[in-house]
Amino acid sequence: MDTIKKENAPHYINPYLGGVLLGMLLLLTIYITGRGLGASGAVKSTVATTAKIVTPQDAKANAYIGRYITDDHSPMYTWLVFESLGIFFGGLLSGVIFRRVGKPRIEHSSKISGNKRLIFATIGGILFGIGSQFGRGCTSGAALSGSGTFAVGGIIVMFAIFGTGYAVAWLFKKLWI
Amino acid sequence: MGPLIPNGIITGDWNFVIAILLGVAFGFILEASGFSSSRNIVGVFYGYNFVVLRVFFTALIVTMVGLMYFDYFGWLNLSQIFILPTFWQPMLVGGIVMGFGFIMGGFCPGTSFTAIAIGKIDALLFTVGLYVGIGIFSLAFPLFADFYNSGNLGNITVTDLTGIDASWLALAFTFIALAAFWITMLIEKKIRKKITDYKF
Repeated sequence: MDTIKKENAPHYINPYLGGVLLGMLLLLTIYITGRGLGASGAVKSTVATTAKIVTPQDAKANAYIGRYITDDHSPMYTWLVFESLGIFFGGLLSGVIFRRVGKPRIEHSSKISGNKRLIFATIGGILFGIGSQFGRGCTSGAALSGSGTFAVGGIIVMFAIFGTGYAVAWLFKKLWI
Repeated sequence: MGPLIPNGIITGDWNFVIAILLGVAFGFILEASGFSSSRNIVGVFYGYNFVVLRVFFTALIVTMVGLMYFDYFGWLNLSQIFILPTFWQPMLVGGIVMGFGFIMGGFCPGTSFTAIAIGKIDALLFTVGLYVGIGIFSLAFPLFADFYNSGNLGNITVTDLTGIDASWLALAFTFIALAAFWITMLIEKKIRKKITDYKF
């Protein structure tokens, strides 16, 4: 039984090693660029780019997205877009090495259907997208990079995300276990 | 002395190459730690897998303590690094909304990118959701622009707020994290016995 379990077990690195590597990467990033890591900013740039292409006048006039629209270059030409492309390829590289890259598939608990998982993944994404704008960043930019540099806002976001997660976990228990 | 790019030691031309390389390392670490699986991630909320807490808190210890050493050795001018501005009311609300998104979606933005890379359709839809959510936020922005800019405390750190030196904060956090590692290890052992529908 034990051997079967071991063969099927996904090969993840030790979480404390992962944490040390992530911390060193964040330090290196701050040392080189003066700023931390991020992820939601790249999606914001994609929204700005779409707006610029589809409705250029409205995009410029928009009180939020407008400040990312300039005439000289695309809103995609930002640090976080390139970094996020890297995140994708880094994930792919790790997936190839540890043999986790596979056919398009939906991961879900056996208690819910694949479609239900997709619906909740989409709603979750929408909420995370909205929340990250109020929060001035997501788990990477605000909670991790913010807290790591002792920023009060980062710590607020970190506690709010995880605190809420714990507070409402029972409501969504059926989705997961 | 760092930070290298703001001080002109590395020129801006390299900025995007560096961005991709740092991103690759970030994505690699996230995926290799198991964050390309939503079920690994939400384990932190149900007690069956605390990998998120372990990676996140360890990274914070290394960063906080590391910044103290970088400052001590004179490698990095801490007054030049970016401090996330604090708008406490919208950031608190934003965090709560993200908390709901996290437990419903099972990913955060960075982890969803790595999950797409290995073929997860649920992660792809999560990212589409992010895009839609930010689009909705932008369109509706005039409705809550005042709230968005409320509670502005500027680029303050915990040291600015409390007067406690950053090195003591780093030390205190290290002890909190170590205690959390130990307690969650005990919780995890207990809860894993009851869970069958999940591979560890």
